[in-house]
Amino acid sequence: MAEIMKGESVLVMGDATKAFGGLLAVKDFSLSLPKGSLQGLIGPNGAGKTTAFNLITGIIPLTSGTVEFKGERIDGLEPFEVTRLGIARTFQNIRLFSNLTVLDNVRIAYHAHSGYTLTDSLLRTKRYDQKERELTEKALDFLAIFKLEDIAGEVAKNLPYGQQRRVEIARALACDPSLLLLDEPAAGMNPREIQELMELIHFIKDRFDLTILLIEHQMRVVMGICEYLTVMDFGEVIARGTPKEIQNNEMVIEAYLGKGAGKSAAS
Amino acid sequence: MELGYLAGTIVKMVALIAWIYGLLWGLGRKKLWQKALTVVLAFVVIQAVILAKLGGVALFSAFDQTLLYQAITMAMVALGLNLIYGFNGQFSLAQWGFYGIGAYCAADITYRWTNGDASGLVIVGFGVILGGLAILGVGKFLKRKRGVPVLSSFTFYLFAIVAAGLVAVWLGKAVSTALAPGFGTAEAPGPLASPMALQAVFFLSVIFAGAFAALVSFIFGLPVLSLGSDYFGIATLGFAIIVKTLLVNSDTILPFPEMKGGRGMLGIPKILASMAPGDEPGIAGFFKNWTPAWLWAFVFLILVLVIVRNFVRSSTGRATLAVREDEIAARAMGIDVAGNKLLTFVVGSFVAGIGGAIYAHYMGFLTPSSFDFIAGFNPLIIVVFGGLGSMTGTIAASFGWIFFLEGFLRVLLGQLGTDAPSWRFVLYPIALLLLMLVRPQGLLGTVEWGFFRAEGFGARLKEAIAGPPGQKPKMAGE
Repeated sequence: MAEIMKGESVLVMGDATKAFGGLLAVKDFSLSLPKGSLQGLIGPNGAGKTTAFNLITGIIPLTSGTVEFKGERIDGLEPFEVTRLGIARTFQNIRLFSNLTVLDNVRIAYHAHSGYTLTDSLLRTKRYDQKERELTEKALDFLAIFKLEDIAGEVAKNLPYGQQRRVEIARALACDPSLLLLDEPAAGMNPREIQELMELIHFIKDRFDLTILLIEHQMRVVMGICEYLTVMDFGEVIARGTPKEIQNNEMVIEAYLGKGAGKSAAS
Repeated sequence: MELGYLAGTIVKMVALIAWIYGLLWGLGRKKLWQKALTVVLAFVVIQAVILAKLGGVALFSAFDQTLLYQAITMAMVALGLNLIYGFNGQFSLAQWGFYGIGAYCAADITYRWTNGDASGLVIVGFGVILGGLAILGVGKFLKRKRGVPVLSSFTFYLFAIVAAGLVAVWLGKAVSTALAPGFGTAEAPGPLASPMALQAVFFLSVIFAGAFAALVSFIFGLPVLSLGSDYFGIATLGFAIIVKTLLVNSDTILPFPEMKGGRGMLGIPKILASMAPGDEPGIAGFFKNWTPAWLWAFVFLILVLVIVRNFVRSSTGRATLAVREDEIAARAMGIDVAGNKLLTFVVGSFVAGIGGAIYAHYMGFLTPSSFDFIAGFNPLIIVVFGGLGSMTGTIAASFGWIFFLEGFLRVLLGQLGTDAPSWRFVLYPIALLLLMLVRPQGLLGTVEWGFFRAEGFGARLKEAIAGPPGQKPKMAGE
């Protein structure tokens, strides 16, 4: 544990709490993500994992607590501002711009850094021409990294599920993040697609120098790629540790399988 | 004879639609000189056709010309609405209200001018410039102060704009008094009373009317666009009703006696009057009755086409589409969703204001009942008919709508009896129903053509989209 906690933290959450009326969806949630780590956030359904993601990205405001990104407070910022600072995410139920092409999906992610203003585009200045060309080239190169170049012109909704996931991850990376949040990336995938996904996650982590936090139910993914896990139940952190430690944690087994299951599972 | 007239109407309609699509095709060429040539040619053609005589009869009657003006204004309003509804996904009924605002604003400017009063032009001019600056200033200020709730920022903007308006009125009154001697007297008109000055004022009035509508849409849209789509729709309905009510009472509760409230505003200079060819043959006859009417209509049509297309085909335009597709994902992609909605709404309203200004100056008469919200469904139907998210479709539907409904059907049914033309309001809803059953995505769906097509950048894009030669594009998993 100590080894993993070493080094500069990219994201630090301190006692983050979110109350929906009387319900504490997330309670005193603390998290520290060292630079370059790949951590997992697991827990039964309704544990508050996605809410935690929404708190980080600013989609819902915190009730109390803090979120720091690279040493700066980011709670209270608009989601688009959080993204522009360098946190990108994917969604549990894929949220592609489904009627647009794969190319446009990626080009939209470049909007904040398009390099030209609306005035340039209205007057069709040289800068518009040049930047738009660069942007398209960049997007195509980017798609090539994910072996998606061939389907750049396809409308996103016509793609098969696994491919849509790939496009969504590519699109999130096009925002040029240093922290990537993946919300159940393996949901609904077959074993082969899961294998590909795990390879993809390793690949992008090295290639783009990322810190990754992922929510996942597929134990194969969690145990296979995460270096460190945080387990939530009923909005609270019930355990932290390496996958090995978590596998044998009584509390975790209880949360997933119910009381008493720990003994039978151990035997 | 009457059948011949009918056939002539059809030919004219088809020719005009071919004309506008020829224009779009030419504007879509790559080289600048090709575009310029297209614009010049398109104008010369339309002008020649309008001023041509065939066997002693003018090819385009005043009625036909009014239809064309109507088609052009409808195309402007509908394009603006397509931007808001089709591209940004915000169902809005306010478009017709902005159309009305643009019409009355421009009409008031030129009306006052022809009556020797520059105050309309000067006040609105100062108003939109100062108002725009106020918005920019407050925007900068709010950007520095993080996390201001939308209603608080609305208050800031509102105060800034009201202050700018007061300053504009005060400044405008002073300047227009200083300008008053320039109009001269009825016997000895000054330089400001010249026809040339009126044309220039007309040009400014159209731009200012668009800017004024945009200003109003900003202050209305800021708080209201934070509502979800359906609620936003209801709020815009409210706006359309407010505009109409204010126009009906413009001489009592608003300080504009010249608008004459519900009785209708008369005496607006008909800058865009229909033309009739001169009696003399040849070029002299051609130019005898020439006025810049069609030049103006044409210039503003091109302006609107260019604004809308350049807006959609840009990074901002893509962000607009992203907001329509999925607001949450758009926010996660670093797009300022609220800002984007507001921007699109303002641009759409600007275009509607320009359309209204054109309308006022070919009608020469405005009545609030033409800006009733019921009539506001017309552009909505056109946008849906042509295809949400297709500029090409909107143009087709606007021209088709006017020519078919007001031109062809009216003439055709007119043969059957004097009351028969009313049947067209039964026939076109049936056509709409059929279209929705057969093609719910509208006439053209999201297909674009010519000028409106997305520009490809280099052969590489095409290659990537088409896949390597002789090979089918690869699908997933391969």
